[in-house]
Amino acid sequence: MPAVAGPRVHRVSVITIAFLAAFVLGVLTLIAADVFYRRPGVMLDAVLTALRSPEIRYAIRLSLITSGITLFLVVCVSVPIGYALSRYRFPGSVVLDAIVDLPIVLPPVVVGVSLLVFFRTAVGQGIESVPWLRFVYEPKGIVLCQFVMSASYGIRASKAAFDGVDRRLEALALTLGCTHGQAFRWVALPMARGGLAAGAVMAWARAVGIFGPLMVFTGAVRMKTEVMPTTVYLELSIGQVEPALAVSMLMLAIAMVALVLIHALGQAHRWWGT
Amino acid sequence: MIRISGLTFRAGDFSVRDVTLDVATGEYFVILGPNGSGKTLLIHCLCGLQRADSGRIVIGDRDVTDAEPRRRRVGYVPQDYGLFPHLDVARNVTFALRAAGLSLADALREVGPLVETLHLGKLMGHAPPTLSGGERQKVALARAMALRPQLLLLDEPVSALDGPTRAEVLQQLRQVQRQFAVTTIHVCHSIDEAEAVADRAGVMIDGRLVQTGRLEELIENPAGPEVARLLQVGRRA
Repeated sequence: MPAVAGPRVHRVSVITIAFLAAFVLGVLTLIAADVFYRRPGVMLDAVLTALRSPEIRYAIRLSLITSGITLFLVVCVSVPIGYALSRYRFPGSVVLDAIVDLPIVLPPVVVGVSLLVFFRTAVGQGIESVPWLRFVYEPKGIVLCQFVMSASYGIRASKAAFDGVDRRLEALALTLGCTHGQAFRWVALPMARGGLAAGAVMAWARAVGIFGPLMVFTGAVRMKTEVMPTTVYLELSIGQVEPALAVSMLMLAIAMVALVLIHALGQAHRWWGT
Repeated sequence: MIRISGLTFRAGDFSVRDVTLDVATGEYFVILGPNGSGKTLLIHCLCGLQRADSGRIVIGDRDVTDAEPRRRRVGYVPQDYGLFPHLDVARNVTFALRAAGLSLADALREVGPLVETLHLGKLMGHAPPTLSGGERQKVALARAMALRPQLLLLDEPVSALDGPTRAEVLQQLRQVQRQFAVTTIHVCHSIDEAEAVADRAGVMIDGRLVQTGRLEELIENPAGPEVARLLQVGRRA
């Protein structure tokens, strides 16, 4: 808003900023509760001890591997789908657009139940009968859950990124000798890259943090389908608060890095997108 | 020779109807018309960004009515220049040549004369957002000319420029057009602009090309009150 003459502080600014401050304070209080659960030295020891545990190291490794694979799959899928949603209008496109968002609004546990039920159908059983393609209660199922839960975020970000690219520039590229594919690769894709990368980071952060569908679809089996959120649950269930907190703080650090990246890439997107 | 015959198409609620026009090879033709008369739509149809419903567009000896934009050999400079913001000036100017498979070095060699004529040498490493309006216009012109098109289409190329820059850019447009002997169709609504560059001109009103001829002929013998009014208003624009 431009600098308007008159008082800088007025009722609207006070009320809205008070809401903002209360919300931020709430979030910071939660983080502070984790960080200061024990004295700093004790907490650091707890984190280091937790990181030496084979189970937790396995969970961290499996989280990074599965979320990395999910990230790759989400990028492969979200770029073309986001582009199609941004550029083309066809009968039913509004409905398809809404369906893409469905996993965002579905309760996570429902996604797990739906996946479990799908693999009880004839098609699902057929897939499960292939020895190297088993998902239920298997590590591959983690990737499937992560993908279903995070792809929508990637697609939504991808669509927004392509919406921000002036389509007349792509049309102009056609007059300069480009095929539609070249116009996509040389104009749309590089101009949308900031938004696409921010969307990928967001989808990855989402994939690292999912829990509900995993409990239903892959279970929480130590040293098999245990990822970081599962570890937090398993440690808490046996009264081990420090290891649970240690992994929580690791996830918090990952979330913070992801947020910084998303904001940095968002800035780049805005710069290049104009 | 560019031959447009009976060209008709609809875009939304607006239609361009029965446009017939011959432009000789190397000729600079200006289409004058008020805002909303269909000038830009006609340009889009000529470069293939708008499908024709009926009529023919022949460039040289090729009927390009249904050809894809990239197969028309048409250079197009849009009103807002349409520079690619993620590419520097060198990559903007050589864009079409690199799309045709040339390396950046070969493409830069190829556009050397154009770059020299338009004095773009010092700008080649610059990003488009850092350029002035006149510089952007010249970069867009060089980019459109890089593939040596048979037809150059200019959509209100100097409308966003101030007076002195406008005169300079118009002079350079004419210089490039003559040096590379490219047939040019330039649309605008200023008769002063047309006088600075046109060999011949036409007047477009409400989706129809209502009169063509030498500019003096149009001024002396307007085809009707609408044309006369447009030419008077255009003089003041």
